Parts: sequence; C-alpha cells; structure tokens
Amino acid sequence: MKTNRAVRTPGGLSVRLDVRALTVVLLLLAAALAASVVLIGTGDFPIPAGDVLRTLAGDGDAGQEFIVNELRLPRVLVGLLVGASLGLGGALFQAVSRNPLGSPDILGLGQGATAGALVVIVLFSGSAELVTVGALVGGLATGIAIYLLAWKRGVHGYRLVLVGIGVSAIVTAVNGYLLTISDIVDAARAVVWMTGSLSGRDWDQVWPLLMLCAVLVPLVLANARELRMMEMGDEVSHALGVRVERVRALLMIAAVLLTATATAAAGPVSFVALTAPQLARRLTRSPGPNLLPSLCMGAALLVTADWVSQRVFGADQLPVGVVTGVLGGVYLLWLLVTERKAGRI
Amino acid sequence: MSAATTPDMSGSANKNIRRSTVNRLSADNVTLAYDQRVIAEQLSVEIPDNSFTVIVGPNACGKSTLLRALSRMLKPSEGRVLLDGQVIQSMPAKKVARTLGLLPQSSIAPDGITVADLVGRGRYPHQGILRQWSTEDERVVQESMAQTGVAELADRYVDELSGGQRQRVWIAMALAQQTPLLLLDEPTTYLDIQHQIDVLDLCAELHEEQGRTLVAVLHDLNHAARYATHLIALRGGTVIAEGAPNDIVTAELVEEVFGLRCQVIEDPETGTPLVVPAARKARTEARTGAEKVAATEAS
Repeated sequence: MKTNRAVRTPGGLSVRLDVRALTVVLLLLAAALAASVVLIGTGDFPIPAGDVLRTLAGDGDAGQEFIVNELRLPRVLVGLLVGASLGLGGALFQAVSRNPLGSPDILGLGQGATAGALVVIVLFSGSAELVTVGALVGGLATGIAIYLLAWKRGVHGYRLVLVGIGVSAIVTAVNGYLLTISDIVDAARAVVWMTGSLSGRDWDQVWPLLMLCAVLVPLVLANARELRMMEMGDEVSHALGVRVERVRALLMIAAVLLTATATAAAGPVSFVALTAPQLARRLTRSPGPNLLPSLCMGAALLVTADWVSQRVFGADQLPVGVVTGVLGGVYLLWLLVTERKAGRI
Repeated sequence: MSAATTPDMSGSANKNIRRSTVNRLSADNVTLAYDQRVIAEQLSVEIPDNSFTVIVGPNACGKSTLLRALSRMLKPSEGRVLLDGQVIQSMPAKKVARTLGLLPQSSIAPDGITVADLVGRGRYPHQGILRQWSTEDERVVQESMAQTGVAELADRYVDELSGGQRQRVWIAMALAQQTPLLLLDEPTTYLDIQHQIDVLDLCAELHEEQGRTLVAVLHDLNHAARYATHLIALRGGTVIAEGAPNDIVTAELVEEVFGLRCQVIEDPETGTPLVVPAARKARTEARTGAEKVAATEAS
C-alpha cells in the first residue's frame, strides 16, 4: 500500500516518487511502443517486427524503408501523439471538474471540432489542411464557449458537465443540419472524418502535434502538484497557497489546446479522453490527477485500437474511432452503473 | 516538543512597512460583499495575538464571510485585511499559507487517499518542485498526526473513517502547515456532542500548549463561552460586543445578538457564562406583554 518513496540528495533536494505509478508508466510506455512496432508491420505488405526495428534503425532494404518510414511510421506517430494528447487532456478536464464525466467527449469539444471541419468540407469543399484548421478553430471556440458559460466562480462538479451536454447538443444539431445540405461526396468524406481515422496521415500531421506536445506536456506536468492540491476543493487548496484561478485557467487552456489539436489531426476519436485517465487510475491505485499514466494509457489505447481496427476488420476500411467508440461506450455504461451504486449520481 | 512543530512567531521581518496594528491579523474597515449582496460594511476586527478567538452570531450575520475575508478567500470590496502589517492580497500566496492556515467547512477528501497522504498535503506551502518531500516534512507529518491522535490511522483510507476521526485528520493537515495562525470555520458541525468537545479540547490544547492563535466560527454559544479567550459577537455584519466571555456574555447581549430571551448562569464546571434559553411559555408571554416581562427579568 505504501508505494511513495522519497529520494533525497545531501544538498537538501528531495523528489517524491510513487513507485507503483512509475512502474505503470514504464509498462504502458513499453506496451505503446510494442503495439506501434506491430502496427507498423501490419498492412497489405506484412513486415515482421524484427525487420521493422531494423528498418527504423536505418538498416532495412529500400522497399521496406519506404513503407515503414514514409507510409506507416507517420501514421503510428500521429496515433501515439493523438492518444497521448487525448489521455492528458482528459485527465486535466476530469481533475479540474473533479468528475470522471467532465471529459472532452461528454463536453462536446469533439462535436465542436467536427462542426468546424464540416463547415470547411460542406460549405467550401476545402482541402485536408483547411479541414484541420477548421477543426482546430471549432474545438477552441467550443472550449471558450463552455468556459464562459460554466466558469462563473469556478467549476462546480456537474455544472461543467451539464453545460457541456447542452453545448454538445446544440453543436450536434448544427452538424446534422450541415450534413443534410451537403452533397453525397462531401457527406461521405465528412462521415469518415467524424468517426476519427488515422488512415493517410503523413509527416505533415506529425510535426505540429509533436511541437505542441513538446511545449504543453512539460508545462502541464510542472503544475501537477498544484492540481493535486486542487482535488481537495478550492478552499483547502487556496488556504495551502495554490493560486487556484490562475492554475485552473492555465490548465484548461492547455487541455483545450491538446484536445482540439488531437481532434484536428485524427478526427473526434471518441472515448479515449474519457477512459484513459480512469483506466490509468485503476492501475496506479493512487489519488491525484495521474497525468503521466493517463498520457501513456491514451497513447497505448489508441495505437492498440488502430491495430485492432486493421487486424480484425481488414485493411484501412474501419476507422479507429469505431473501435474506441465500442470499447469506450461499454466502459461509460459500466462507469455510470458504478457511480450510481456509489451514490454519486 | 521539538522546534519543528513550534510555529514561527517572529512576524514580518520587513521593517519598512508601517504596521497599523500591534496584532498580526486584523480587518480594517472592510466592506464584504458577494457580487452586489453586501454582507458587512466598514467592519473592523482585531484578532489578539495568542488568543483563542471565537466569532459567534445568528445565521447570516456574516461570521463565515468575515473568516473568508481574514483568510483571503474573499477580497474586501473596500478596506483591507492586514497580516503582519501587509495587505494580505498583496503577499505571495505560499508565504501567507506558511503564516495563516484555514480549515474550511467543506473539504473534499480525494478518492482512495490515506490519512498520512492527506496530512502530508498540508506541507505544500513548504515545498517546491525540487524539494518535494524532505525529512522535515516527514517528521512534521508524524508529529501532526500524533498531536491529533490519528497516528495509528496513518495507513487507513480517509473515506472509511468516522466523522470525528475525519475532522481530526483535517485538523492534522492544517497543523502540518505549521502556521502560527489557524482559522477554523465551524469545526464541530455534523459531529455528535462527544466529538464536538473532543475537537474543541484539541483546539484549546493547540492554543494553550503551542501558543498558536486560533480563530473559530462556532454555532454553539455555550461552547464559545467555555473555550474562547476572546469572543466577537456579530449581528448584521456589525460587531455588537467583543472581549473575554466572562466580561461580555450577559442576557442582554444574547437578546440583542440572537433575539433570544435567556438567563446567563455560571457554568458549574468551568465558571464561564452558561446561556439557558427562557422556557417557551415565558417567551410567549414576553411577546404579548413585552415591556412588563422585560422589567421583571431585569430586576
């Protein structure tokens, strides 16, 4: 039960390590990377894992090099980064709202991004790059709308969730309208985007995601201790010297950016942001926001789901969002039942 | 007792700052309001150093609001709250948290947290990103748990404790913060009588043996009169009376503050004032013939 260890140096520095959480992070990281290698080897031209590793090390033959480095590696990297962003974004949302349902899926950030993408696809028949920009703008706008509607004197549990459900319903209606006025080609393109898919992702999608994560992940982790204090309520954390409003605003902006960018890159892959933090928490069994475990869990989940969608249903036909949707939907039902039994809803 | 648990009594080191009061904590002509709803206007309160100050008053008299202002949870719309001669809002948040602790009415124990972990979180204002868990932190947490009698519960989950035990754990967390001033907002609410006394005894101990300055909001006037060294009676956002309970608690004051007819007798246990509400019949008669009853009561 006691898994906290303090590492101290003679100079008076000390770092607190949760051994169990650290083990979970390392195992999830290993799982995500192993799944990535298997995923790179999966497709119309199967490549054994050994060859994949050799090619990644720069030691493969020309044909394999093209398939691995140009076609499949970017797709897998986008999967890892999108999963990580969604896992971290979800953990932030859930920790700040102190509610497992306060995650981007329920709050309608995915729908908001979809609306932005649909506007570009249906009204302007825009290019893939423009769709990405549209989705980003849509997601950020939804995040701001929820913030303005729900944030009066801080978030209070279900208020954020209820406002989010309302916003989500309105945006879904708009999306439905946009689909009905579109022609069949645009509609088909829109529907694939709306399910969340990793197919056809290349290096152009990798770089912006990577840069965003490189900035936001350290920023978020630097505020993890404050977030941990905020679990005990605004008053206690305030009394302990946490600048609650500032930390909350900063972390929410980071969470919206992470979620919106991930959605812009891969479409609204459902339920990863909802499930990853909860699953991570069950593995670490530690209170607190579990940010790093959630991030790794998100990456592992998404890459595994992508592999399942290719392996079980064949080729690129099934978008990854269908798999995460089925898994996440089952999980959501289970969560609602247990929360109800615990008397929380 | 080791030096570690003795709070810093030195006050502000900054000599350039004009100290408007001798006491460490005071509210100076504050107007307190939520949005447009004004709770108190031009309220001035001094918290005497090394006192166990208790704030009493009827519901909605502004006592919790005053405590929120003193703990910088609520910014006064006018006037200022001074801590060690400085405006409390202008001080660094962590520095205030090393001087002034608050035990609010509503606090949330995170799911699956152990007692030792929760108490350990009280060390936050003393920590930094490179100083996350020193031997000092470890020792203070152990001592805080020992002082509040929850040391043997260290590895238990907070969710599974009784109300009285849980309140002790929260007090231990506030103690681990090692602040010379500690504010408590209705620390006995929801506890049965035995645990109410238990918590108040603990507060008295912290005050007497460690010289901490305590400020508590209490509902029970008799508890307040028994434990406080300094009593502040509020009504409608105004201080009606303040001072030692023996000096200020009279039937007239209780009637003025709470609108309740009563007798004040000597507590047979402690000699402090004991408020005994008048019987229902007497109070009904009082309403019909108010002047006459007032005259007989006063005699």
